[in-house]
Amino acid sequence: MEIDVRKVAMLSRIRLTDDEAAELGPQLSSILGYVEQLSAVDTDGVKPTAHPHDAAMPLRANVVTNGNRREELQAPAPKTESGLYVVPKVIE
Amino acid sequence: MPFSSLSDIQNRLSSGKTTAVEVAQLYLERIATYNDGLNAFVHIDPAHVLAQAEASDKYRAEHDARPLEGLPIAVKDIFCTQDGPTQCCSNILKDFHAPYDAHVITKLKEAGAVLVGKTNMDEFAMGSSTETSAFGVCRNPWDTDRIPGGSSGGSAAAVAAALTPAALGTDTGGSIRQPAAVTGITGLKPTYGRVSRRGIIAFASSLDQAGPMTRTVKDCAMITAAISGHDSADATSVADAPAVDWLAACDATDMKGLKIGKPKEYFVDGMDPEVRACVEAALKQCEALGAEIIDISLPNTEHAVAAYYVIAPSEASANLSRYDSVRFGHRCENPEDLLDMYTRSRDEGFGSEVKRRILTGAFALSSGYYDAYYLKAQQVRTLVQQDFITAFEQVDVIATPTSPITAFKLGEKTDDPLTMYLSDIFTIAVNLAGLPGLSQPCGFASDLPVGLQWIGPAWREDAILSAAAAYEGATDWATRSPVAFGGES
Repeated sequence: MEIDVRKVAMLSRIRLTDDEAAELGPQLSSILGYVEQLSAVDTDGVKPTAHPHDAAMPLRANVVTNGNRREELQAPAPKTESGLYVVPKVIE
Repeated sequence: MPFSSLSDIQNRLSSGKTTAVEVAQLYLERIATYNDGLNAFVHIDPAHVLAQAEASDKYRAEHDARPLEGLPIAVKDIFCTQDGPTQCCSNILKDFHAPYDAHVITKLKEAGAVLVGKTNMDEFAMGSSTETSAFGVCRNPWDTDRIPGGSSGGSAAAVAAALTPAALGTDTGGSIRQPAAVTGITGLKPTYGRVSRRGIIAFASSLDQAGPMTRTVKDCAMITAAISGHDSADATSVADAPAVDWLAACDATDMKGLKIGKPKEYFVDGMDPEVRACVEAALKQCEALGAEIIDISLPNTEHAVAAYYVIAPSEASANLSRYDSVRFGHRCENPEDLLDMYTRSRDEGFGSEVKRRILTGAFALSSGYYDAYYLKAQQVRTLVQQDFITAFEQVDVIATPTSPITAFKLGEKTDDPLTMYLSDIFTIAVNLAGLPGLSQPCGFASDLPVGLQWIGPAWREDAILSAAAAYEGATDWATRSPVAFGGES
């Protein structure tokens, strides 16, 4: 199977060098070629797995539980200012 | 002493023959001597280790000892810890300091354990050899030209060489059991939902589970008893999980009445014949201990690896989208605009295996392909799970080889990703079905350790711990240790 590596890389927000793209193309084709065997399995009427034990997702009360830890939680950010995350300008 | 089990060290501590500080010093000295040759630890802070040990000795003097009082335990670099860096052996998390402890880290601290440091791993746990680590390859103590397995290879190497008596790993497709097997130690992947995933850096959320890597079966039980339990902050942690008497399960000395399933799909042409011979001999030993061996079939096994390599990369591509260089993680220099910042930061931060998996997952989830790949794989997953449910109507536990091969040479499988993926062929189905699995040493093939895998029904860790404890008691494989690291063979 031919895969548009550049398109998938853009969906993944990963820049690829030409060398990386040339290497990844055949590798992805080989992996997807292997998983192609799944199409031969009869899965008519089989429910897809969501949770291995079919457990329902629990709900909790919609209340704040973790307090105000803004400074601690922002400490690992590459760039912040006045409690905000700073990124390159988005809107002109 | 260095190759003692956790429970032996516990006995020496409680009888006053040693102190937590002495124990910590012993292992810190061994790390200083041997780690350069293995690269099992990627972060170690001796002063912090000794401070924890001193606090534990003080606690013991004033209170009743807690379940893991003063016992050294290393953790894979995937567990968030407030102390020291948490980097998942990736450049995208270089120098990241987590603002909170993972739930299991909190549990270990509450149980009195001394946290030794962070162990090496495949980047984001994606690999079977610890060769994709951004911090350099890790080596197998039994032959340092060979891989220690992966992705929890650092934890496995550290325990096998007695740089720590125990460690935590995580297992998404075999990442506790396969490294345990190829380094000659014991590792348990608990039932999915038994142990909270909060604060464990996510790879594939419907498959990931944390567990112990130790020298003995009982040590696995001691640690799992401490780290398991419901956590309301992990929505997939199961609230009404059936309880297990962890330590009592390890008292088994025989297998009278035990029905062991031997699946034909796990004894196949193409596996190492010496590995097969070790596992067949182990099953004979189980028969001598009173077990009945029953031939069974798990017919969808052949599709498990394919389903896994759709599901795991798909979940990984979603989980790893959080590394956007906004809230944490590596950011490239002088980004031109937002898109340049995302794409260049992620290109620089992720290694090639991680990129390969993200791209595979993004493709499988992309418009027009979702039904053919992700949905189909989740349906096949249901079939894999049903195979086990049917088998467990007939048998109590299932026994298989953990890995079809012993530890391979560094670099041997790095050129072809698919060959590497196929080395997980015997461990992946357990994750797809969410079952507990344990690997323990059962012999040597050409001087390299071989693992015996036990698979139990959901929530029946006790069944596999009992079988493994009886086997361990009747053999001496768990006492073997590598001579080059001061062991006895």
